[in-house]
Amino acid sequence: MFARRLILVLAAMFALFSATPQLTLVTPAYAVNPDEMLKDPALEARARRLSAGLRCLVCQNESIDDSNADLAKDLRLLVRERIKAGDTDDEVIDYLVSRYGEFVLLKPRLDWATLALWATPLVVLFCGIALAGITVAGRRKPKAPPELSDAEEAAIARITADHG
Amino acid sequence: MIVEIGHFALVLSLAVAMVQSVLPIIGARKGDERLMETGAIAATGGFVLIGISFAALMSSYVTSDFSVLNVAENSNSLQPLLYKFTSTWGNHEGSMLLWVLILAFFGSLVALFGRDLPATLKANVLSVQAWILTAFLLFILLTSNPFERLDPAPMEGQDLNPILQDIGLAIHPPMLYLGYVGFSIAFSFAIAALIDGRIDAAWARWVRPWTLIAWIFLTLGIAMGSYWAYYELGWGGWWFWDPVENASFMPWLAGTALLHSALVMEKRSALKIWTILLAILTFSLSLLGTFLVRSGVLTSVHAFATDPTRGVFILCILCLFIGGALFLFALRAPSLAGGGLFAPISREGALVFNNLFLTTAAATVLVGTLYPLVLEVVAGQKISVGAPFFDLTFGPLMVPLLFAVPFGPLLGWKRGDLLGAAQRLYFAAGCALAALVGVLAFTGGTRVLTAFGFALAFWLLAGSLTDLFLRAAFLKVGWRTGLSRLLGLPSSAFGATLAHFGLGVTLLGIVSVSSFQQELITSMAPGKTAEIAGYTLSFDRIDQRPGPNFDAQAATFTVRQGGVEMTKIETSKRFFPVRQMTTTESGIWTHWFSQLYLSLGDPSPDLQTIVVRIWWKPFVTLIWIGTVFMGLGGVFSLADRRLRVGAPTRSRRKAAGRDAALGAGA
Repeated sequence: MFARRLILVLAAMFALFSATPQLTLVTPAYAVNPDEMLKDPALEARARRLSAGLRCLVCQNESIDDSNADLAKDLRLLVRERIKAGDTDDEVIDYLVSRYGEFVLLKPRLDWATLALWATPLVVLFCGIALAGITVAGRRKPKAPPELSDAEEAAIARITADHG
Repeated sequence: MIVEIGHFALVLSLAVAMVQSVLPIIGARKGDERLMETGAIAATGGFVLIGISFAALMSSYVTSDFSVLNVAENSNSLQPLLYKFTSTWGNHEGSMLLWVLILAFFGSLVALFGRDLPATLKANVLSVQAWILTAFLLFILLTSNPFERLDPAPMEGQDLNPILQDIGLAIHPPMLYLGYVGFSIAFSFAIAALIDGRIDAAWARWVRPWTLIAWIFLTLGIAMGSYWAYYELGWGGWWFWDPVENASFMPWLAGTALLHSALVMEKRSALKIWTILLAILTFSLSLLGTFLVRSGVLTSVHAFATDPTRGVFILCILCLFIGGALFLFALRAPSLAGGGLFAPISREGALVFNNLFLTTAAATVLVGTLYPLVLEVVAGQKISVGAPFFDLTFGPLMVPLLFAVPFGPLLGWKRGDLLGAAQRLYFAAGCALAALVGVLAFTGGTRVLTAFGFALAFWLLAGSLTDLFLRAAFLKVGWRTGLSRLLGLPSSAFGATLAHFGLGVTLLGIVSVSSFQQELITSMAPGKTAEIAGYTLSFDRIDQRPGPNFDAQAATFTVRQGGVEMTKIETSKRFFPVRQMTTTESGIWTHWFSQLYLSLGDPSPDLQTIVVRIWWKPFVTLIWIGTVFMGLGGVFSLADRRLRVGAPTRSRRKAAGRDAALGAGA
């Protein structure tokens, strides 16, 4: 079992690095199958919610809930096993991260490496507001109209002469 | 022979593009009219040449000429004729050829419709267009030549990727490219203005229609791609925050911001420098999108082209154009004079607000898309950034923006009255409140977020109509006069209203389907029934159906409501032997605005039952209907005489006539 998973993970890494076209061709996603589902609807709902945030490692940005890859199926079963064993949501996530790394999370956790990612919207927005504020405030001071160039002065003189 | 003519035409077009890169701009520098005029001739000629080249490739696809490597790799003689045509751009080389064809097309449009443009501006614009064209023609000829021959020619081709054998995908890439590449015009105008060192309101008047055209195509192209993914990929999702989707969404966000800021520049000659920057950024994001999709740096549903040399080549083009443009901008922008003044609460202020949030949203999507790549290169750390991240960041950014939409058109230029605008929106506020209370009552107070989503959607719907309603003054002058006043409004007023209304329609669809969708995944045997959302589906039969280049397994279901037969739904799986791939053909029944969505999964090992996925998707079609409204809004804006290309001629003639009359009077 472990060997099979290892092969799949290696295949995933291979797919991501070498980007072979064959693996990018999507076959229809069959996602969750009826036989995988938990009997208890509350537990199943939790499993579905967790699955939606976990990445299928062999797919491109697809959650294990959407993917039909074998690895995704294994992960879905794993999530349900942990839930049945009484894990909380956080414990399930921690377990998966300990096995597959942060890569498995579609929503990266906030740490030093992802700080810039999470801060982007706020930083850009505040910089934008500050910039707009400064520009608008600076612009409201009356400014002398720009000087006309000699050519333009000459043109005006010519036009006024014509009409005069 | 035809293939060689196509190849030759392509090489010749490169030579023409090189000439066009140099002569007109020199002419503009020296004030030599004859040199400047070469731009228009070269642009038109280049378009014809690339057109010949594209037609040659298409003819080898239609005739299944497998002695052409590209054709042998991406088509099959058994394909239906339509998909032989569309195979032309269903692959890397062909789609790049389509890209340059559209680029040359836009260039020739400038040459054709740009008669009233100042000669130097036109010459500069055409030269800048030719720089882009030259770079991409070199890319095609050096790394992605579609005309390479194959000897000996195989008997049969390798078929087009089956998921692309679909009418949606036949139209999606050309639409998307018309959008993507259309922004090159805004870019070229921006660069030309920077080279000239002059920019005025007339510039914005020229840029806005081009941006609008590109924006309309991009809007519809993205919507079409989304609907395609919805029905073709078989799990009923309509947006995945897939990097390639993001690649088309970023230029859309920036382009939408550009449309609005160009409006300020045109009307009030403010925000000049920002508009120029935005024009550069929008096309840069289009180039980035092309890079992401075409280089294979991201491997995903759409990326069917992978080769590092190509990636590096496009990356060089990217750096050259974006870097060069920004450098020129930094050099010249300070010398561009700022324009009209305005108070923070004003139409201009509202449009700045719009730009702030749209740009932040674009930046968020950009960073989210590239962050995993960058982190891996810099720190060797692998992370994923997927839908949950974007939902959490992009979503909250859209809320204040959408809330502010109805205010914009009600605020006056220069100095607006926020309180007055709010008072005029009482009807919209009432609608929103009613939606809020209604949804809370309907769900027993459990879905607070959903209720606010519906409230926002109705606020947008009613709020966008308020402007038209007030301008027609229905309450003051009565329905009859009001109606005639409404019809007399400039079509740009309808444009803004329709586009904003479409936003509300799309939001309504999104909120509704993400809150109230029902799902049933079950194993079924023929003769069994399933229940969902008040409908009873009975599985009638499953049978084999051979297709032209595939074998299908089709299941038929009868839908009943209260014992009455409503419709039959057919859904199938297709197996394509050449590529050894299976696709799902989802079965969809549209009932009013909602859909019942079926797709087939795997059969059980004993082949007695098959997994069936059934979704009830309430109001899901509104998501795409809304985008049609947005596109229509764009068309109405474009139809406004004030913006129509060539319109200045008439007003100038009128002005000339008036001067003459004045002269006669004096």
